[in-house]
Amino acid sequence: MSTSMMDETLPTNIEKKESKLAKIGQFREIGLLVFIVILVIAVQLRNSSFLTLENISDMATNTAILSILAVGMMLVLVTRGIDLSIGATLALSGMIVAQFVSNHSGTSPIVAILMGIGIGILCGLVIGGLVSYLGVLPIIATLAMMNIFRGLTYMVSNGKWISSYQMPESFVGIATSKLLGVNTLIIIALIVYAFAIYFIGHTRTGRQIYAVGSNPESAKVTGISEKKVFIIVYTLMGGLSGLSGVLWVSKFASAQGDTATGYELSVIAACILGGVSIAGGAGKLSGVILGAFLIGILNNALPLLNVSPFWQKGIEGSIILAAVLLNVMVKRGVERNNLLKRRV
Amino acid sequence: MASKMEETYVHRKLEAHKPFSTKQFFLQWEWLLVLILIGVMVLNTLLSPYFLNVTSLRDATMIFLDKSFIVFPMAFIMIMREIDISVGSTVALSSVVMATAYNVLGMPMEVAVIICLLVGALCGLLNGLLITKFPELSAVIVTLATMILYRGIAYIILEDQASGNFPEWFGFFGWGYIFGVPFILIVFVIIAVVFGLLLHKTSFGRRVFAIGHNDVASKFSGVNVNRTKLIVYTLAGVMAALTAVFLASRMGSTRPNIANGYELDVIAMAALGGISTAGGKGRLIGTVIAIFIIGYLQYGLGLINIPSQTLMIIIGALLLFAVIVPKVKEMRR
Repeated sequence: MSTSMMDETLPTNIEKKESKLAKIGQFREIGLLVFIVILVIAVQLRNSSFLTLENISDMATNTAILSILAVGMMLVLVTRGIDLSIGATLALSGMIVAQFVSNHSGTSPIVAILMGIGIGILCGLVIGGLVSYLGVLPIIATLAMMNIFRGLTYMVSNGKWISSYQMPESFVGIATSKLLGVNTLIIIALIVYAFAIYFIGHTRTGRQIYAVGSNPESAKVTGISEKKVFIIVYTLMGGLSGLSGVLWVSKFASAQGDTATGYELSVIAACILGGVSIAGGAGKLSGVILGAFLIGILNNALPLLNVSPFWQKGIEGSIILAAVLLNVMVKRGVERNNLLKRRV
Repeated sequence: MASKMEETYVHRKLEAHKPFSTKQFFLQWEWLLVLILIGVMVLNTLLSPYFLNVTSLRDATMIFLDKSFIVFPMAFIMIMREIDISVGSTVALSSVVMATAYNVLGMPMEVAVIICLLVGALCGLLNGLLITKFPELSAVIVTLATMILYRGIAYIILEDQASGNFPEWFGFFGWGYIFGVPFILIVFVIIAVVFGLLLHKTSFGRRVFAIGHNDVASKFSGVNVNRTKLIVYTLAGVMAALTAVFLASRMGSTRPNIANGYELDVIAMAALGGISTAGGKGRLIGTVIAIFIIGYLQYGLGLINIPSQTLMIIIGALLLFAVIVPKVKEMRR
């Protein structure tokens, strides 16, 4: 990936038939940012309550959970995998933690969060084991585990909801409290980003994830254990889903059996919008976070623009499809440009 | 890859010349499925006194056979090492369009049914076109996007309304009998035979297997890979629409959220039936047995009021069982 980017920045004087799309594609993050700015201005012109402090902070806290999950999903997609079970993992961890704190009202929020992460890690380990040691396709393994985790959530809860009055103040406070004037959810998201930047760019394991994703054969020859990478990636995804489960339940002050059903699709959409290649090996944190914000803004803006909620799914689907196709076109353009350069 | 092809080829050749071995014959996956089916039957009979009688067994097929139509093209797709998770949404969209054509646009029901099948074919065709025109994209992502899109369109058309009031004869699809046999069971048998012959007795079926083994080699051997994939995906769409007809007929109305999660059931049935998720392997007779295993399991556990969420766990576990057992066998070898 890095070499093709280098090629692009080399000064060349070939103009013929260079794909314009590919040039735009290089500045993907900037393009996304410009699109977000235009969208925000357009929405603001139609409805002035969009850019109020209250709405912005609401949007940021909503997007925090989405972007935390998107970070994990990016790593899964980079290894050419997919995880459809995260919505169910989130619900399971949220439900178990909510039940625990409703019975033990003295639980410290930090313990609750650690519990959620622990449950998520267990779920992720199961999937990682299936994918790496038993060689089950990620889509099959996560589709099956999605149903198992979701079913377990209903079993654990007996179909009952845990509502806000059953939860201690301190637990609901995880999502509503502020630290230095910033909502805790946003701070937790920032911590996750910081950890991800360090992990992806500055640790051996982080680089191995990308190596396995971009070329599994050569990664194997280099001595990288594919199995280890798969386990790590799915476990991380599970841990982040577990964390998100606690944050979700605390934010919406209710835990239900059908919490976050289908949320995995939004997360995958954010990753694809953010330029994560589904063919593996490529994906930038900055892009993914912007992608998550774009989805968050859309979710927030559509009701403000009086768009019927029934259009939301259709719009989301079209955007994902368009983003995926655009991705392919850009990639083809880049490859063609590279070929053109080689000819000279 | 090539050596694997060769190996399986030699394996096949040897198999053809091998004398009939009773032990080998009974070690096949399908016999395991028969055992599981018998186990399910015994379990259900022990659990509920209402399970084991001809009427109950016969009428249960009306409830679980609708989604089974999709299992056959899904088996083809999985043999080609692809997947389609948009089938549930295709069912919803085509049934919603059918109901709208009849109730809102005032078309005769016969025309509405044909439109339903056409919509299904179009959905499948779009999947196929996207997958063949953009080979860089995995089928997972393409059908994930169309899964959201198709259901999204269904929501745009009907919002959260239900649409029904179909003419009386339309109920025949879901509830009709011919000589005491449920109509849906007859259609199921016909479709199973047609797809079985298509897969195992025609050159088209051989092409499907060839693509699953090695699509590059098949391409260079003159197999039109793209056309084959296009046909199979379109077939999946048509079968999803047929499911929509039977489902809407049985329920008497349709909503945008019907057939949610059908893709899991369908994939589980195909995988349990011995269709390898790694491509290139499988026989349709296994999927037929698997359809009855999962169908009767759902029906029987429903009789004793096991909540549907527990069934989700069981089907998920069955799917994992079906994909893990062959892997473990492989590892031992």
